[in-house]
Amino acid sequence: MAQLNNGVAANVTQKQPLWLLAEVTYRCPLHCAFCYNPTDYDKHTKNELSTEQWINALRDARKMGAIQLGISGGEPLLRDDIEEIVAEAHKLGYYSNLITSGVGLTEKRIQAFKECGLDHIQLSMHDVTEDISNFITNTRTFELKKKVAAMIKAHGYPMVLNVVIHRFNIDQVGKILEMAEALGADYVELANTQYYGWSLVNRDQLMPTREQLNRAEAATNAFRERVGNKMKVFFVVPDYFSDRPKKCMNGWGEVFMIVTANGDVLPCHSARVLPGMEFPNVRENGLEWAWKESPAFTKYRGKDWMKEPCRSCDEQDNDLGGCRCQSYILSGDAEMADPVCTKSPNRHLIDEALLSSQNPLVREQPIIFRTDKNSKKYVEGDKERVEQFHALP
Amino acid sequence: MENNIQYSNIYAIALHHRFQWEEAQQSYVILFPEGMVKLHGGAGEILKRLDGKASVGDIVVELKAAFPDAEGIEADILGMFDLAVSKAWLRKVN
Repeated sequence: MAQLNNGVAANVTQKQPLWLLAEVTYRCPLHCAFCYNPTDYDKHTKNELSTEQWINALRDARKMGAIQLGISGGEPLLRDDIEEIVAEAHKLGYYSNLITSGVGLTEKRIQAFKECGLDHIQLSMHDVTEDISNFITNTRTFELKKKVAAMIKAHGYPMVLNVVIHRFNIDQVGKILEMAEALGADYVELANTQYYGWSLVNRDQLMPTREQLNRAEAATNAFRERVGNKMKVFFVVPDYFSDRPKKCMNGWGEVFMIVTANGDVLPCHSARVLPGMEFPNVRENGLEWAWKESPAFTKYRGKDWMKEPCRSCDEQDNDLGGCRCQSYILSGDAEMADPVCTKSPNRHLIDEALLSSQNPLVREQPIIFRTDKNSKKYVEGDKERVEQFHALP
Repeated sequence: MENNIQYSNIYAIALHHRFQWEEAQQSYVILFPEGMVKLHGGAGEILKRLDGKASVGDIVVELKAAFPDAEGIEADILGMFDLAVSKAWLRKVN
């Protein structure tokens, strides 16, 4: 590998891809305005890996130590071979998780999942009101999701709810948690929107105010105090409101590996936005080479790539400089300190974004939903605002 | 001790949690939604003895016999049960 003579490299090659995320398709019946999927996903929808290719990828990753498996998308249930993939995952000893919108989860399929050893199902919910839920997903799926939640519970699965939080539902956090409790949730992740892909396009419309965020956090803490141990609530703080960056993916090529619908192997969900990178693909490359030696995985692993202010920063081990994708999409420089950091020369980009999201003229521009039609426009390079939906329901 | 671990108590791995040996990590792990705990030697030795019948006392006796040279092993075992119950990795059977 490129950094053979450097003591760090010898050490980092011991890292194992403990978490494998299989983004099996980018097709999705929902059109969520906050989706982190690439805006040009449409070009990745035609050449999905076959069942056999997925099974081979699972086998290879398991040999390398992968153990937590997320099956995601898009909507994974749009493929009819998920049962087959799950059965193989179970045989291999994975702890497997189906990450779904619930659309397409029938009694017959959930029964099959139970039989073939799926460990849990993570369901996305969006709000307590039908209006907001249907609005932000640009579908009529609210009632369906509630039915699916009951079905998950009835089949003895742990109920894991994921709720993406944004300006349209953040004031409802207390009620959302009560809904989760009523549905019998065991785990709830309140995932404040991070801004990549479609959510970056809609950032001004989705970003809450700091006051809203503080209230939501207080409501979450009050709920935790009341409910105690029986429900675990994770509140994922949006990094724009922080002064230090997150240790993105727990470090580049440290524990996470993603295989995308078309077989690309990525160290994080949005890595394909980075310029001049060539990612391995399971059709041509072994996963072991991809993880240990490919230029894409070694490029930002560890700390050798850092420049000032990260290079001499005494906090470099805490956050590894933050997120390479965020730095690139906001500043054009993938190797600079994450703009979230107040030590970064680019912090003003975050402050300006916070300000612009509070500008009533900017924030009420139309939302761009994640649709095939809109994605095709991105593929064609047309970055104009294309849909005339208004931001308010 | 926060959880009042008694010698007569019987524990099992909590619902929705899975305990298994991981070859790649050369250790036992507990798996659950969104998480994993890697167990160092002694902790794995304790949890692998949870068969739904063995009480805390049984496990203490068995481990003392298996590791006669380990000093203070009894306190370590009780401490591990206490931690595992606090973290909700275990549920009480009896």
